[in-house]
Amino acid sequence: MGLLDQEFLDSNIVIAKSDDLLNWARLSSLWQLSFGLACCAIEMMATSASNYDFDRFGVMPRPTPRQADIIIISGTVTLKMAIRIKRLYEQMPDPKYIISMGSCANCGGPYWEHGYHVLKGVDRVIPVDVYVPGCPPRPEALLEGLLKLQEKIRHETLRTKKA
Amino acid sequence: MKTAKEILEILQKKFPEIEFSLVEDEPSDQIIFTDALKIHEICEFLRDGEGLKFDTLMNLSGVDDANGEKQTNDDGSETIVGGTLSVYYNLDSIELNHKTTLQVSTSRESPKVESVNLIWRAADWHEREAYDMLGIKFLNHPDLRRILMPYDWEEGSYPLRKDYKDPEFYQGMKVPY
Repeated sequence: MGLLDQEFLDSNIVIAKSDDLLNWARLSSLWQLSFGLACCAIEMMATSASNYDFDRFGVMPRPTPRQADIIIISGTVTLKMAIRIKRLYEQMPDPKYIISMGSCANCGGPYWEHGYHVLKGVDRVIPVDVYVPGCPPRPEALLEGLLKLQEKIRHETLRTKKA
Repeated sequence: MKTAKEILEILQKKFPEIEFSLVEDEPSDQIIFTDALKIHEICEFLRDGEGLKFDTLMNLSGVDDANGEKQTNDDGSETIVGGTLSVYYNLDSIELNHKTTLQVSTSRESPKVESVNLIWRAADWHEREAYDMLGIKFLNHPDLRRILMPYDWEEGSYPLRKDYKDPEFYQGMKVPY
């Protein structure tokens, strides 16, 4: 953005487009629903911990869907859990974003053929913004996914609003 | 320490009217095969009997033997008609430091096995799992519900049967890949 890392000759007033301002605010404090499913959740927790430090991108876990901005689907989505994920997603306020983390959440992963209990991709119940491949993805991959999501938010406008 | 043969002889002496046999051709320890509808009294004796004292049910598992007649449907899938489902009991005696395995078989079309829940409480969830995955009905079980699959999963659809077919939809979600 280059808004706040510049030095200003005059103090107090910065002029920016409202789109840019709102997008910058949104993408800089994406509060993540504290929610994990399987082995991907271990990597997600590692990403939150000090070595990878999700918080430097403004991501911090929020244990209620009503105050969360993103939900990271980190692991195998069983049919039983899919119903509950849909309910959690519906409880989140707009604007809300979804990162699908790992092969299971993307497409069923190793359970694609004989997983009688697995939903073959979480995008069958909720709209996914970013897919992170891997089994499980390393923390770097999840960070990359988050950066992609931030890129997406940066180019949103107030005029064409998507749920 | 007692071998399967010795345990079998004790059981045959105690229950002369029940049929027992020894399964020896498996690459495992010898297995005592017996009657699915008499398993409750047999297990009660195994737990309390002198020299047996099987105080722990280590595992109870259901198995689809898939030994019935295979019929090919129009869509290429297979249905198994007839044959048996089996339940295996792995027992352990902490007191006398010996183990044994029991097997019972029941018909695939109406699988009924006596519950051993009142003898070892550990059997409760194991029997529910065997019911959930294979549809084996455990008689006298106090709470025979599905345990892993959703409660509203299709009646008569048991995922670990060898001829299982995925339902097309569950609660509006497509199930096959």
